[in-house]
Amino acid sequence: MIINSRFFNRSELIGFLALAVLLFVILPLSVDIFRLNLVAKYLTYAFVGIGLVLCWGYGGILSLGQGVFFGLGGYCMAMYLKLEASSVENTKIQSTPGIPDFMDWNQITSLPFFWKPFHSFPVALMAIILVPAIFSLIIGAAMFKRRVGGVYFAIITQAIAAIMTILIVGQQGYTGGINGITDLRTLHGWDIRTDHAKYVLYFVEVVLLFGCIVAAQFIRLTKLGRILVAMREQEDRVRFSGYSVANFKIFAFCAAAVFAAIGGAMFTLEVGFMSPSFVGIVPSIEMVIYTAVGGRMSIFGAVWGALLVNFAKTSLSESFPQLWLFGLGALFIAVVLAFPNGLSGIWADHIQPRIDRLLASRRPKSTNYVADGAPAE
Amino acid sequence: MRVGHQPKDFLLAVSGLTVSFDGFKAVNDLSFYVEENEIRVIIGPNGAGKTTVLDLICGKTRATSGSIQFRGQELTRLRENEIVQAGVGRKFQTPSVFEDLTVFENLEISYPRGRTVFGSLTFQRDDAVKQRVEEVAEMIFLKDRLNTYADQLSHGQKQWLEIGMLLIQDPDLLMLDEPVAGMSVSERAKTAELLNRIIKDRSVLVIEHDMKFVEDIAHKVTVLHQGQILSEGTMEHVKNDPKVVEVYLGH
Repeated sequence: MIINSRFFNRSELIGFLALAVLLFVILPLSVDIFRLNLVAKYLTYAFVGIGLVLCWGYGGILSLGQGVFFGLGGYCMAMYLKLEASSVENTKIQSTPGIPDFMDWNQITSLPFFWKPFHSFPVALMAIILVPAIFSLIIGAAMFKRRVGGVYFAIITQAIAAIMTILIVGQQGYTGGINGITDLRTLHGWDIRTDHAKYVLYFVEVVLLFGCIVAAQFIRLTKLGRILVAMREQEDRVRFSGYSVANFKIFAFCAAAVFAAIGGAMFTLEVGFMSPSFVGIVPSIEMVIYTAVGGRMSIFGAVWGALLVNFAKTSLSESFPQLWLFGLGALFIAVVLAFPNGLSGIWADHIQPRIDRLLASRRPKSTNYVADGAPAE
Repeated sequence: MRVGHQPKDFLLAVSGLTVSFDGFKAVNDLSFYVEENEIRVIIGPNGAGKTTVLDLICGKTRATSGSIQFRGQELTRLRENEIVQAGVGRKFQTPSVFEDLTVFENLEISYPRGRTVFGSLTFQRDDAVKQRVEEVAEMIFLKDRLNTYADQLSHGQKQWLEIGMLLIQDPDLLMLDEPVAGMSVSERAKTAELLNRIIKDRSVLVIEHDMKFVEDIAHKVTVLHQGQILSEGTMEHVKNDPKVVEVYLGH
């Protein structure tokens, strides 16, 4: 490791292990596959949250358009799955067999050129990463090189999310329109709709999630992570220390986009379809709220935020469908006003010190007790 | 007056520099030259354009016309970070340090290595970095505060930290904007001592109001008034210049 201090400090290690035990052991053993699949769906938003922690929490770049990248990842995966589900035998009743059903319904008679590469699984996997990375690179370069930042950047990302939705809905023949891309069946010949597949996909997703947590933690601990924090506070000082601030912002934005896209691709696999309702303004803002509730400075907080808020959303929107959005808004306001560091801040400021005091009183006079220098995340 | 000198001989050659904000010329056809290892102090009444001159040199503000040559390199065409990499360091008037980072991390960020995105991802805190950071920390009286977060420091300590961040960059031209402003008497004395030590082996451009401090350090003084040079020379010469007395020192 090129990192000098320990990779996780004590409280981060506890957070890492607690999350691992919950996701790898407790949840798979205690809930049925339907609920586990719901958890898997919630966790896809945790990927977005991890990206937002880097980009927003550390870099201070608020993006209200993460749904775009979530969607790009999800659509790339969905295009591959859809092509596999639209084999000539499966679609022989169509006027043009071998193309996705929604294209046939829209009088399209041949596969559009940008769909063709998605016949290949490796290409699709690469596209899941590269398409959002390149798109975010273009947006980032256009904005940050011109020093567009802060609230203006947030508004522009929101506009991009709106444009993306309109584009997808409007180009029904190429994108599946408002319904999205549905009726997905197999991944490289492997049926993703069975319970067994759902178990496997759940574990694949959790492993990927931990991969992303480690990657984000790695970035956070390098000098680049410290430059992000520095940039958030004193952009000019970073510039006059010889750094190109724009390039660092572009990096943070691209990293967040790639994390979101991985989440989106897993979403398609877990839920079995992808639609513009996960791309637009509302889902993008919800993603920011999950991160804010969990704690925008904490990678683990973002995961907990995604899990808890989505769990609340499912339970509450079943019983009070009209009230849910008000509840979500109130939650966001409450968090911003009272707990700017979210659940992880509450943990670090109120719960952790109590546990420490409790432990300290149980083992008095432990002479070689060394407190962690870094603040708990 | 400057006949016989080629601009190349100077570390910094500012000529015909003009910047106008909506028609108001904050700096108007300004020319001056700084030699290697020269300590130059810029004084002048409020609104004379002193800070704007530093902003122009370090790229924070773009010149409307004119040229700034640093070792033969035209700075007006470079971006801020490229100007820093060329060897120009700038300290701002209000202390600008990274409050959520420790003193060590503040200094480390200014260490001139791994300044690209990829370079900062692979940057290693090796012995050379640690040694240099400790060396500078000692110079700026913060050796025992290396692990303190910068928001815990006093105003004076923050100023020192920012001076330290410039030192670690090891610039050939150091620009300081009122380095002793807002400091207590004892901090002021310590800062003067610190500045006297760090200005060796490099050229320094200082804006300062504290006349005693100016007299102590300046090789040459430039008096700005309404964006133009009113007088230039030794402190003695400037002090006795009737024009200067009229607009500045006399009041």
